Amino acid sequence: MSEVDVRNFTINFGPVHPSAHGVLRMILELDGELVERVDPHVGLLHRGTEKLIEYKTYLQAVPYFDRLDYVAPMNQEHAFALAVERMLDIEVPRRGQLIRVLYAEIGRLLAHLMNVTTQAMDIGALTPPLWGFEQREKLMIFYERASGARMHAAYFRPGGVHQDLPQALIDDIGTFCEEFPKALDDIDTLLTENRIFKQRNVDIGVVPLEEAWARGFSGVMVRASGAAWDLRKAQPYDAYAEMDFDIPTGSNGDCYDRYLIRMEEMRQANKIMKQCIEKLNAPEGKGPVASVDGKVVPPKRGEMKQSMEALIHHFKLYTEGYKVPAGDIYAAVEAPKGEFGVYLVSDGTNKPYRCHIRAPGFAHLSAMDYLCRGHMLADVTAILGSIDIVFGEVDR
Amino acid sequence: MTDTVETVEPVIQVHPLVALGEHIAASLGEAVTGFEFAYGDLTINAQRESILEVVAFLRDDAKCRFISFVDVCGADYPEREFRFDVIYHLLSPHLNHRVRVKIQTNEATAVPSITSIFAGADWFERETYDLYGVLFSGHPDLRRILTDYGFDGHPLRKDFPLTGFVEVRYDEERRRVVYEPVALAQEFRSFDYLSPWEGTDYVLPGDEKAKN
Repeated sequence: MSEVDVRNFTINFGPVHPSAHGVLRMILELDGELVERVDPHVGLLHRGTEKLIEYKTYLQAVPYFDRLDYVAPMNQEHAFALAVERMLDIEVPRRGQLIRVLYAEIGRLLAHLMNVTTQAMDIGALTPPLWGFEQREKLMIFYERASGARMHAAYFRPGGVHQDLPQALIDDIGTFCEEFPKALDDIDTLLTENRIFKQRNVDIGVVPLEEAWARGFSGVMVRASGAAWDLRKAQPYDAYAEMDFDIPTGSNGDCYDRYLIRMEEMRQANKIMKQCIEKLNAPEGKGPVASVDGKVVPPKRGEMKQSMEALIHHFKLYTEGYKVPAGDIYAAVEAPKGEFGVYLVSDGTNKPYRCHIRAPGFAHLSAMDYLCRGHMLADVTAILGSIDIVFGEVDR
Repeated sequence: MTDTVETVEPVIQVHPLVALGEHIAASLGEAVTGFEFAYGDLTINAQRESILEVVAFLRDDAKCRFISFVDVCGADYPEREFRFDVIYHLLSPHLNHRVRVKIQTNEATAVPSITSIFAGADWFERETYDLYGVLFSGHPDLRRILTDYGFDGHPLRKDFPLTGFVEVRYDEERRRVVYEPVALAQEFRSFDYLSPWEGTDYVLPGDEKAKN
């Protein structure tokens, strides 16, 4: 056989490939079907969120956080709210904390349903997303009934949440929690033991634990590698300390373990939601949903009709805003995708001096080259799906 | 509002993070210029040249074990001689503590890259370079990351205007995307919300007339 001129092949993956999850352009260097090098180009959705926040008051900055990981918007707001609350040293009333935990877990369901089912679609299964999106639709209606918006809620605000939940909504979420495990089991039967699904995911994109830590992985990505690390347990915030739930961990650190963990986390999230509802319905769960001293959270309109002081607070808070003492702080939450952190620098005025957003997807995507090297071209989509990235937060 | 070590009263048991800060400062000597404990976070102020030594110590020391890389970011203080802060966040899953390391630099002085210690710092350093123009020496691939191909300037610097300098649109005639200087239909409205009743340090618009 004669010598053939062999050369590597460089292709563009995305930005319009459906499994590029939006706006990722990856330059793949291929040797036949083997991936030699991956160079992701991000920033196509860069909107300058961090710069914009520097020009807004603390309250005006909240909606930008919805637009980061737009699959689970409230979890991002949560990190910002916690950062500001810690600097102002304010305590959120218990009902506010419970509502936050409830909606943070709804966000987890939203994100994991999206990820598990679209990852399955990326590797060829069409039914799971149809089933998963039906559940997401119900959850987004819960978002809408609480905040008025299906996605960009601006509901978790420094000091608490914007409004109390009506009892009918709490009851409906309770009903959902009863029905949801059935829907989850259906998806489970479609995927977990599916031969093709396993062939595409088992032993693909393996990360040893030490490597996962050093590469800034968090959330499902370290749990799949064997660490029982979850900020909700390790550094509990809001009412997580009193919730009873388990942290699923994997042992192989491959795409299949990550899938299994997400499925189990959804069951645990459902369990937490049930506890929240029970606690919200108990007499101790009643009361205000946001800090009531009027210095951070504006008073309700009804109060303004009666009280001069409430009127002044309302005017001041919606024009000048509130001032946050000087200093810097890093607050993180266990977002569905991993550790979502906010590094906030305040200079003592009513606007953040610097607000850095630490997105879990950014760290995970940066390891694409490490994860994909030596895999087949078709595995790139499986890995990209299982690291769970959303470009809103990667590009900011 | 900053609780430094000196202000912690002896009757209160020393916070574990303060003890950790003392341990780090004592072990690293010259490399660390000081540490602060505020709002529940430990901040180590380090020398720029010794950042590799500091980070490696934090990762490897048996009492620290900050094996999890979290974040690198910048911050701009234009009035300082070394205008940029480079801020590193690390996490120790063993201790369940976080630490923040701060160093200072300017446009011209390169910071040693920690990618050899934490591979995950790669993109975070690229981002800091892109948004602030902080140079990292020894970084394998210091390219822009978030901004557009061919972008000019470093957008998160305080002297970079919020609106930027160029805007893009698709030109039907030329059948391609064109870059043009920003034309604002209305000037960017930067409201000053700070209360005049508490006293401003500048003349309020209109006040100069009253004096005459």
